[in-house]
Amino acid sequence: MRQGKYPFVIGFLLAPVVLYSVFVLWPIFGAAQVSTMNWSGLSPKRDFVGLDNFSKLLADDKVWLAAKHHVFLLVTLPVITIALALFFAFLLNMGGGTRGGVMTGVWGSKFYRVVFFLPQVLAVVIVGVIFGRVYAPDGSGILNRFLHVFGVKDVYWMADYGLWAILGVLVWQAVGFYVVLFAAGMSSIPGEIYEAAVMDGASRITIFFRVTIPMLKETVKVAWVYLGILAMDAFALVMVLTIDQGGPDGATSVLPVQIYQAGILKSQYGYASALGVALAVFTIIFAVLSLRGGKRDAIEH
Amino acid sequence: MSNHTDSPSDLTRRTLLRRTAAVGLLALPAAGLLSACVGSTDEPEAPSQYSGEKSADNPLGIATDKPVEIVIFDGGLGTKYATDVHVPSYTAKWPNSKVTFSSTQEVSTTLQPRFASNTPPDMVNNAGSKLMDMGALVGANQVADLSDLFAAPSLDIAGKTVKDTLVPGTVEAGTYNGKPYVLNYAYTVFGLWYSGKLFADNGWTAPTTWAEFTALADKMKAKGITPFSYAGANAAYYMYTVILTSAAKIGGPDVLKAIDNLEPGAWTNDAVKQAAKAWGEFSAKYGDKAHLGLKHTEVQLLQDQYKVGFYPSGSWLENEQAKDTPADFKYQVAALPSVTAADKLPATGLYAAAGEMYFAAANGKHPQAGKEYLRHMLSKAGAKGFTELTKSLTVVQGAAEGLTLSPGLASANAVLTAAGANNFNFRFDAWYKDLDLEARSATNELMFQGGDADKFVTRIQAAADKIKADSSIPKFSR
Repeated sequence: MRQGKYPFVIGFLLAPVVLYSVFVLWPIFGAAQVSTMNWSGLSPKRDFVGLDNFSKLLADDKVWLAAKHHVFLLVTLPVITIALALFFAFLLNMGGGTRGGVMTGVWGSKFYRVVFFLPQVLAVVIVGVIFGRVYAPDGSGILNRFLHVFGVKDVYWMADYGLWAILGVLVWQAVGFYVVLFAAGMSSIPGEIYEAAVMDGASRITIFFRVTIPMLKETVKVAWVYLGILAMDAFALVMVLTIDQGGPDGATSVLPVQIYQAGILKSQYGYASALGVALAVFTIIFAVLSLRGGKRDAIEH
Repeated sequence: MSNHTDSPSDLTRRTLLRRTAAVGLLALPAAGLLSACVGSTDEPEAPSQYSGEKSADNPLGIATDKPVEIVIFDGGLGTKYATDVHVPSYTAKWPNSKVTFSSTQEVSTTLQPRFASNTPPDMVNNAGSKLMDMGALVGANQVADLSDLFAAPSLDIAGKTVKDTLVPGTVEAGTYNGKPYVLNYAYTVFGLWYSGKLFADNGWTAPTTWAEFTALADKMKAKGITPFSYAGANAAYYMYTVILTSAAKIGGPDVLKAIDNLEPGAWTNDAVKQAAKAWGEFSAKYGDKAHLGLKHTEVQLLQDQYKVGFYPSGSWLENEQAKDTPADFKYQVAALPSVTAADKLPATGLYAAAGEMYFAAANGKHPQAGKEYLRHMLSKAGAKGFTELTKSLTVVQGAAEGLTLSPGLASANAVLTAAGANNFNFRFDAWYKDLDLEARSATNELMFQGGDADKFVTRIQAAADKIKADSSIPKFSR
């Protein structure tokens, strides 16, 4: 067995490594290479221009505006989604109080779990179209129809609160997945710990903050990174929902939309690639920082 | 995490990971070699191309036994005009030159890689929301010079060259820096569209002065109709076309020429400012801000439901709305009302342009046959078939003769005749995408978000100056 071990392992690794190189590494290196060229994307002709595209990028007001929107989403999206998901997951798993010393979920929690997860299985574009109706600015919009009941006049969601409206859709779609993730995490917390807490007379709220959240720390951290990456994207929703694809007047612009505009609309593939490289670097820095931040040994149980 | 240090094997999970990483590092240079062909700076030689002997019957010198590939955009005009009229016309003349026909809804997605690898189709209809940047294509030497096509004899109008059969200005509309590269085939009239039925029922007539316009708007508003609207969500360029049309009527067509040529102060010109002021104030009084968040199809539908009075659009509107329009709606178009009594152009002055781009690819396998296909499109029969199937006029003079025109098309024809020589257009939107995007944002701000005319002209002027100073953007002039 010992002799045939390396060929055996290499045999297994070869296919994934080749696939990974061809479909992931090659395009990444290709994009990085194009980002140093003035390629229009419409002919084979291209010249090396060094870091020109990157200095142009740094001087582009629209890029900074988009970066500002990413920072906004980066802060709000994970905080709101994780808070909501933790709350719902707690209700589903433990909101029903104790029964014979075991925590149970609220009544009908199995049904709610499915309902929460449903948005996750919808394609983003479909979600965009649905919310196009929800946010419609005239009386035909679902939200505005609802507000009419209270005598509130039409609200121009996309025109006046574009980024908040996009945030709302992102949270709506993401929350279900994290409810399931956290619920799974909670069910792996040993029952004895809860039993002990209940016996000590801890209330549900105390249990949530003093037991559940500390035990779920690692899961929350992973969720934070996923949501952060989601906040770096938002491409499809912005394209489908917003005024003028990132407007009005750049109010909902995000970097992937700028990449689309530079590459597809303006035929500046070099500049678009430079934007892509910048976005990738931005994302990697964020992921590294959030995974390192508050690093602590996992609780053994 | 457990670490089985007591395992009989020395190949622990940790060392395995370390070695995998090493393999990964080894793979990197290989990936770099692969990517060399992505980023190659060598320009491959143009592929060998088919050509044939030129003769009176074959003025463009196609290889009569070699195939030709054409790609048509499948959008508002459909593809029936190509498959039922132009392809059969070509095939009837050259039975041995097989036509490979395909259509796409996303021109750029389908064709951009083919241009990048120098294997484009011979003739392309570059249109739709994902069209390729025409200026960039010309700049990249991917488009064939059409001079020989325009000088060739017309297919079925005896004694005339192709150019002689066209509406004046057609060749110019496809000219980039002095050479004709693009055939703009459909002839579009841009104005204020309204329902003939709504107007007849209320005894209204299309206004020619600004005072008449606002008086009519008051009457419409009293009836609960939004007098004038456009869709801010995706069609702000309809609105800047309106503002610039008014500007051209106030200050003459040279205002638009200066804008196209990126001349200093072209946007801050008094005529543009006056037009922006008039429309901005009109919108503040009569506009509905909800329409900032609507798409063009939604506002057009509102008009079909008699909830919007005037809608700015081109003559494609009637065909686009065909299935939502009530049978007795009767689309009509009017030229924009004069803003001042001192306007340089009469009230009949009209924005009209040859649009819908068709071109032959310079690096295709059979570019001459691509041009020959265009010659079939420009035959009288080809143009007539197109108008019949798409309800759109073509740039071929008199091709609509003898056809029963729909109400909208007949109306478009009438305002075009009334305008006479006073028709004009601009081209900056196709030349400089950045300027188009900035003008859209500025227009929405002016019309719906509390902007004013000064801000409108200064911010677009700043964008125009920036483009002028950027040497990486190819420049055009007319």
